Amino acid sequence: MTSISSASAAFTGRDPGNRLYGPVPDVTEQSGYTDEHPARVGFFTDTSVCIGCKACEVACKEWNTLPMDDSHGVRDAIGLSGMSYDNTGQLGANSWRHVAFIEQSRAVDLPMPTFGRPGDDRQGSGPSVSGCGDHDSTAKAQASVLNVEALSEFDPQTGQSGADKQVRWLMSSDVCKHCTHAGCLDVCPTGALFRTEFGTVVVQGDICNGCGYCVAACPYGVIDQRKDDGRVFKCTMCYDRLTDGLQPACATACPTQSIQFGDLDELQARADARLATLKDQGVETARLYGRDESDGVGGVGAFFLLLDEPEVYGLPPDPIVTTRDLPAMWKAAGQAAAMMIGVAVTAILGSRRR
Amino acid sequence: MTGGITSPGAGWRQADRGPATQQPARKRRKRGGGRGRGEVAMVDDVEFTSYYGRQIVKTPVWKSPDVPLYLFLGGAAGSSAILGALADVTDRPALTRTARLTAGGGSILSVVFLIHDLGRPERFLHMLRVFKVTSPLSVGTYILAPFSAAAGATAAVELLGWFPRLKRFGGAVAAVFGGPLATYTGVLLANTAVPSWHEFHSKLPFVFGGSAMAAGGGICMALTPVGEAEPARKMAILGAGIELAVIRGIEGSDRIEAEPYHEGRPGKFMRAARACTAAGAGLAVVGGRRRWGAVASGTLLAAGSLLTRFGVFEAGIASTKDPKYIVIPQRARMAAQVADKGLWTL
Repeated sequence: MTSISSASAAFTGRDPGNRLYGPVPDVTEQSGYTDEHPARVGFFTDTSVCIGCKACEVACKEWNTLPMDDSHGVRDAIGLSGMSYDNTGQLGANSWRHVAFIEQSRAVDLPMPTFGRPGDDRQGSGPSVSGCGDHDSTAKAQASVLNVEALSEFDPQTGQSGADKQVRWLMSSDVCKHCTHAGCLDVCPTGALFRTEFGTVVVQGDICNGCGYCVAACPYGVIDQRKDDGRVFKCTMCYDRLTDGLQPACATACPTQSIQFGDLDELQARADARLATLKDQGVETARLYGRDESDGVGGVGAFFLLLDEPEVYGLPPDPIVTTRDLPAMWKAAGQAAAMMIGVAVTAILGSRRR
Repeated sequence: MTGGITSPGAGWRQADRGPATQQPARKRRKRGGGRGRGEVAMVDDVEFTSYYGRQIVKTPVWKSPDVPLYLFLGGAAGSSAILGALADVTDRPALTRTARLTAGGGSILSVVFLIHDLGRPERFLHMLRVFKVTSPLSVGTYILAPFSAAAGATAAVELLGWFPRLKRFGGAVAAVFGGPLATYTGVLLANTAVPSWHEFHSKLPFVFGGSAMAAGGGICMALTPVGEAEPARKMAILGAGIELAVIRGIEGSDRIEAEPYHEGRPGKFMRAARACTAAGAGLAVVGGRRRWGAVASGTLLAAGSLLTRFGVFEAGIASTKDPKYIVIPQRARMAAQVADKGLWTL
């Protein structure tokens, strides 16, 4: 039996190779690709440059011939979510990329301008996301283009201009994380989910029997069942394209390089550098999500640079692969089964013979 | 710069409270906006953020009543098989027969419900192409398959009256797999990202084990002449006691994940289950030696067990639909880690 699960080969109480939980140096090799195998690939989604164009969503749907669905995953339905520009709503069986839109505002405590002319107080309003040049004018010019908040003095709710309130848009293209410790892969009872030679996690449609266990096991709520089909579907990181030496469709279509595809270690180095740049520019809230290999899922193959807390984007703040606690669960089940035998024997022995 | 930088998240808040969050699809959700206040009964004043109030993990696609019925029938069959084998070796023919028929019937029906719940039922046999200890469903398949074969065959020959030795062997095999069949289902539910199941992962197998004995014992007690039903009655009473005690531990927990167990529809199931189980156990103690008492209390215990399965199942489903059950515990865990390490690792 091949190692279909990332953990099935060793299920001891101590788990020295971190098969259930913790950092893994080479998850592809651990999954049974012991000979030469390609480097682990992944996505680095830099949300600070996402413009919310949804080219990734379209490219994904086109390439993978995914059916249309509304914001609740209902197939062949057109529906507006009624909450933002986001009518995709969520990741699911028919949406393998999902661009989240979050409109945010904040109060700013600036000295009131003497003359309330819009733009007078533009200087220094908000953290400068861009502006790599030393020249102040360059920074301002770029900020005015790239920062929504620079254009936000007009408040549509009060109909007034003013610098006491800023608006910004967060946009982030969510995708399957291709976890190091993938809950979906661990719990799949048919072996339909497997780890590819690229270190990604893919469903084999001809094996899946639609038991739905992976749907409940995913800590990110990514994989879902297609109701009229019965089987489950999720991002494959374009396994078919990868085997032909092509990039995934979403990364290829992304016009701003918000979605970057490549070898995971290279992407990680790039992300660290990008985070340092943003921090230098004063973007205090920037952080990497899923980059840490010691997190609850052993780090992910598709990680993100976010500008706010993960839950703002609909991501769990501290996900943990459920299988981490499985040894304790099996232990409890064994004890409970023994308890049943004990109770039954007690009941028999404690009863009068006929 | 601006004043916001010193405040958490640089002062940014979700700008609007969109209609989607003001009119939640489910009435149960009483919160306002995305960055709203969760109506947290047991955790005081916890503010949490979400993406327009949308759920984070997916709601399991497992169907009701298929899965709760599977849990109930598997449990009742498992405990009956144990009881049947023990009654057989201690020479109680009427109880043996009832227990074997209960085990056989329950196991066949539970297999039907399990297969019916698959998205592609015709591919049920794909479960048998691998064995994975990391997948409780895979392990459960290898428990259920031999159990239902043994218990079903034993029940069949019991009805036909053939092969008495084979019958005893089949009953013993079923008894070996009976306990695991009744308790693995606790792991099946707990080994998920569903907050209200996973949080109580060390308790659910005991809930289901106790509940299985209450159901199996109750059914056998109701269907066996009272002269031989004493072991069934005792097992049912003890099982009901365990079930009630462990559920009390879950419901009384101050974790926020315990909340769905006493709110809304799952709360109603759990209260009804407690009433049935407690009444059934009490009646079994008082009137279990009489025929009418055995039938009434056995029915109540079985109903209590069934309601417990529905309650636990629905509580888990409810916990996936509100992001607070994901965000608040995970935030608390992160805060505790930071307090341990003394640094902010994010």
